[in-house]
Amino acid sequence: MARTKQKAQSLLESEIKVAPITTFSVLSPEGKIVNEDEVPGLSDEQLQELMKRMVFTRVWDQRATGLARQGRLGFYAPVAGQEATMIGSQYALDKEDFILPGYRDIPQLHFHGYPMYQAFLWSRGHQHGGQIPEGVNVLLPQIIIGAQYVQASGVAMALKKRNTKNIVITYTGDGGSSQGDFYEAMNFAGVYKLPVVFVVQNNRYAISTPVTKQTAAASLAQKGIAAGIPSIQVDGMDVLAVYQAVSKAKERAANGEGPTLIEALNYRIGPHSMSGDDPTRYRTKEEPTEWEQKEPLTRFRAYLEGKKLWTEEMETGVIEEAKNTVTAEIKKADQYPKMKIVDLIDSMYETTPPHLEEQKAEYAD
Amino acid sequence: MAQLTMVKAINDALRVELSKDENTLIFGEDVGVNGGVFRATENLQKEFGVDRVFDTPLAESGIGGLAVGLGSQGFRPIAEIQFIGFIFEAMDSILVQAPRLRYRSGGRYNCPVTFRAPFGAGVKSPELHSDSLEGLITQTPGIKVVCPSNPYDAKGLLISSIRDNDPVFFMEHLKLYFSVKGEVPEGEYTVPIGKANVVREGKDVSIFTYGAMVHTSLKAAEAAEKEGVSVEVIDLRTLSPLDMDTVVQSIEKTNRAIVVQEAPKQAGIAGELIAQINEKAIFHLEAPVLRVTGPSTVLGFPLIEEEWIPSPARVQKAIQKVMSY
Repeated sequence: MARTKQKAQSLLESEIKVAPITTFSVLSPEGKIVNEDEVPGLSDEQLQELMKRMVFTRVWDQRATGLARQGRLGFYAPVAGQEATMIGSQYALDKEDFILPGYRDIPQLHFHGYPMYQAFLWSRGHQHGGQIPEGVNVLLPQIIIGAQYVQASGVAMALKKRNTKNIVITYTGDGGSSQGDFYEAMNFAGVYKLPVVFVVQNNRYAISTPVTKQTAAASLAQKGIAAGIPSIQVDGMDVLAVYQAVSKAKERAANGEGPTLIEALNYRIGPHSMSGDDPTRYRTKEEPTEWEQKEPLTRFRAYLEGKKLWTEEMETGVIEEAKNTVTAEIKKADQYPKMKIVDLIDSMYETTPPHLEEQKAEYAD
Repeated sequence: MAQLTMVKAINDALRVELSKDENTLIFGEDVGVNGGVFRATENLQKEFGVDRVFDTPLAESGIGGLAVGLGSQGFRPIAEIQFIGFIFEAMDSILVQAPRLRYRSGGRYNCPVTFRAPFGAGVKSPELHSDSLEGLITQTPGIKVVCPSNPYDAKGLLISSIRDNDPVFFMEHLKLYFSVKGEVPEGEYTVPIGKANVVREGKDVSIFTYGAMVHTSLKAAEAAEKEGVSVEVIDLRTLSPLDMDTVVQSIEKTNRAIVVQEAPKQAGIAGELIAQINEKAIFHLEAPVLRVTGPSTVLGFPLIEEEWIPSPARVQKAIQKVMSY
């Protein structure tokens, strides 16, 4: 047999390599368009709406952080620095699309139709906080990191079986990308070609653990490659880039082309939660200041001002509106009837079994 | 009426429900083309198509998540976990996500998932294939636990489990898959969840048990009969919630009780049952309630399995002891 002329690759040459990762962006940190071809086709009103929602969310976050400090909320995970990812990704959805959130992803739920007072009730542990109104297609904020990812595949399979054109979007963080569920979910979605957009918000810290201690991988986006699904890294502080990336991923999913993984690079400016986390224990003093220069509101504001689409009056108006809304919604939550043990008992099963009926009697008024 | 093995009865129940309700889906490792490693899903993919009966990647947490996600959207997923020891990878779905969905959503969502898994010793399977882990699951509110001991109950209980609007963990004892045959009616019928069954009437002592231990207890009861002791054997059939009415009624008649379980002694069904007997029937008792169980060790697979599993002789000893008071 003739020997092949082509020299076989060496072991070293055979090693599989991931090409250098580039970050998709549309706006520079100064708010200038850097990617003409990828500017999403949004009207002036839509661009203003994105800004309004980000400002609204920032004010809501500041108020919620304050309420949590006063002990008036239960669990609260601040969102400052992540608004562009949250607002931009939800804005790319249709009302019928499904959101499977982590516990920080409350703004997306709200703009998808989940009332704010219910978010406050949920934060306090009132089970009616989770009573999502009919027609609002979201599942509850997930506490177990990664569980929303595997369930997203299930919900997406349901949508596919029902032949809807709708999709599922699910969120986790850089820490969540270390979970087995993160990979299992992408793997299932890849095998069954499910309409899911997996978003990983790389906000750089899982409580105190930096992303460099989560993985030796050069990016989180490349983890999708192993599952055989299209994967992209996007500037998560650039609301136009996030909107554009999610819109394209949604389109692919709706067309039956399967899932996408989107790593959104952003930064959690505040603490992990309001339950005693102190970021000065794991960050340098300078670090948040550096990040604030790239932060999403400043950047998008500069862009809109350049287009004469944003004024100080508009900003003040949204701030006022946000403050008033939060005040009214927290009042509504305060006035909401207290939860009772008997109601908790009755929510365990469709029909309360005898042993629980007996226990109910112990808590009856 | 057809004489079927338990695994055939299970297959039959799945077929009935796939035919009846198009929202019923079956998935798991090797359940499609291969029909399951024990053939519980044999031919179902052929009959109902790959959209209804399908293989999954080898990842139990993924299977659990798929089940919870589909369940939240009104499907009736029947998720097979290939062997009981593999449920640990899916425990978040089984013990957290599925049981809490109704409560967490204030009733907006529910999770009508049936998790099926073979369990139980006596067929010389490898480590972590045949442990009795029901105690882990029954500790969790929000999920029901069902464990049949014969083909008739297996079919009727499985149909009830699939139709239940809450999650059910359905435990199929490996030793009973092929060793027990019984009459199984064609078509649909149900055996209610939460109802125990008096499989042998007696008047001196009550044995409460389930799964393969029903057969062990019946053997012991027959032997005791020859010694003049009349033993009632009650198959619990559902482990969560327990049918305490049937348990108390039996104790009121016999005044003596033994609980037989294959699982290790500590913190299991027997412990829970005895605690409830203490609350509800202590003044009817003439002797302490005894337990016959596996030792509080890992399962002694497979070389000392036969010694490890509670035997009729050990149950007989307990009968003698409880009668000696």
